[in-house]
Amino acid sequence: MNSPHPIQSLVKPRVIKPTVFWRLAEDIPSTLSSTLILVSVLFPLVTWWAITTFGQVDPKFLPSPQQVIEAGVRLGRSGDLLRDTVASLWRVGVGFAWAALISIPIGVLMGSFASIRALLEPLFGLMRYMPAPAFIPLLILYLGIGEEPKITLIFIGVFFFNSLMVMDTVKFVPKELIEATYMLGGTRWDTLGQVILPHVVPGIIDACRINLAAAWQLVIVAELIAATDGLGRRISVAGRFLRTDEIFVCLIVIGMIGLLMDLGFQALLRSTCRWASQRR
Amino acid sequence: MFLQIKDLHKNFWTRQGELVVLKNITMDIHQGEFVCALGASGSGKSTLLRQIAGLDQPTSGEVRIEGRRIVGPGPDRGMVFQHYTLYPWMNVQANTEFGLKLQGVPRQVRREQASYYLSVVGLTQFARALPRELSGGMKQRVAIARALASEPKILLMDEPFGALDVHTKEAMHEFMLDLWQRTKITVFMITHDVEEAVFLSGRIYALGSRPGTIRKEMVINLPHRDHTVKRQAIFHDYRDELMDLMRKHGQEALAAVA
Repeated sequence: MNSPHPIQSLVKPRVIKPTVFWRLAEDIPSTLSSTLILVSVLFPLVTWWAITTFGQVDPKFLPSPQQVIEAGVRLGRSGDLLRDTVASLWRVGVGFAWAALISIPIGVLMGSFASIRALLEPLFGLMRYMPAPAFIPLLILYLGIGEEPKITLIFIGVFFFNSLMVMDTVKFVPKELIEATYMLGGTRWDTLGQVILPHVVPGIIDACRINLAAAWQLVIVAELIAATDGLGRRISVAGRFLRTDEIFVCLIVIGMIGLLMDLGFQALLRSTCRWASQRR
Repeated sequence: MFLQIKDLHKNFWTRQGELVVLKNITMDIHQGEFVCALGASGSGKSTLLRQIAGLDQPTSGEVRIEGRRIVGPGPDRGMVFQHYTLYPWMNVQANTEFGLKLQGVPRQVRREQASYYLSVVGLTQFARALPRELSGGMKQRVAIARALASEPKILLMDEPFGALDVHTKEAMHEFMLDLWQRTKITVFMITHDVEEAVFLSGRIYALGSRPGTIRKEMVINLPHRDHTVKRQAIFHDYRDELMDLMRKHGQEALAAVA
């Protein structure tokens, strides 16, 4: 057989050389891994310290790590930091809990029934692209400046995304698993409650984990604009009085709390859904 | 007649228009028989099984089991799917019990029933294992135990060994024959594997492709059923005849596409 071109003489021979650092979608040795993690944590800290120590930067512009720690101790001692953290956490907790409580069943129903999906998906798909912070003026207009607009904002920011993400996880339930349940004598109701629901629990936890991060950001945004307490409010006040060190304290607290919530959800996923642990 | 398929037609609507998937299918399956529908891809064999399962409704014609017309899925027909359909969050015992649980069987009864069928498929010691800890062949044995636990009238199998390697497949064939002889259950299985069909079935319906029609009905009379029979001339005769039949249709199908 003669092909039209002698391909082997037209192309250069290729070999993929072995590598450690640039392994694609593969694990790296654990020593390298922990070294890199250490670098990623220490490098910014050391750079920050070096700039503020040797760089002669105005502390109003960039405070040193020591100044931030001192501000943190000060805010902690006075109880302000705790009060603000609790206020922010409470708003997120209430807003997120309501949103999750309603969006999870709606998302499961949307994923399970094409009819409900057709009914709600166009609206939810549209609402999802309206940035929640853009609702703040409306919410203040409708609900005033108390807790309601902030909680509602978090609700809006979480509800639509979470519904659609839960819906997507339901779509991944294999059709054959549902049909197998029918063949075993299950009704549609049995199938929904005893097969679809347990199958999507890991997906729901994951969706909630991602949307809680969004909620945590939204509460800070809401407090930046109008609030009497909360970490966002603290940042906004500190900004007005050029207390940059306090801004840093709040940012670090916000980041740490977010990280802890994320780790909490990951632990929840691991402990409740061990059957799914290999999938992620 | 135990399972009766009469003048079954199935059409699908596609963008190209109406597609005839099954044409004029008439089959009778007697109690205790092991029957295979043998066909290449495009023969509509999976579609046929779905009509019997009640997961899909025929365009015309009907399927009856003990005279009752099938209108939907139900546990009187045990189904084993090609892909693994175990519930990944349930252990082997819970998977096997699940059909009985759905049908409202009391806990103690279903536990004993599931244990019995797990022992039938030889997986008693894996009762506490999760599906992902099992090999492919073991998963299918659990699926079979789960289907059998409801004591269905017929076992429907959709290329159940298609995803297994050759050696596991052979072991599963002998397991299946042994199971069939012990339980006396009626089995209707679809496959594209000629040797599998000859080795397991008492009767084979060979299906032609596009549209799926019955090309030949063949009764298989093997002197004995163990792996040595595969080396005997009579086995080869059956196999070659079916192979030739499928090859002929395969070439026709290719010519039709070209």
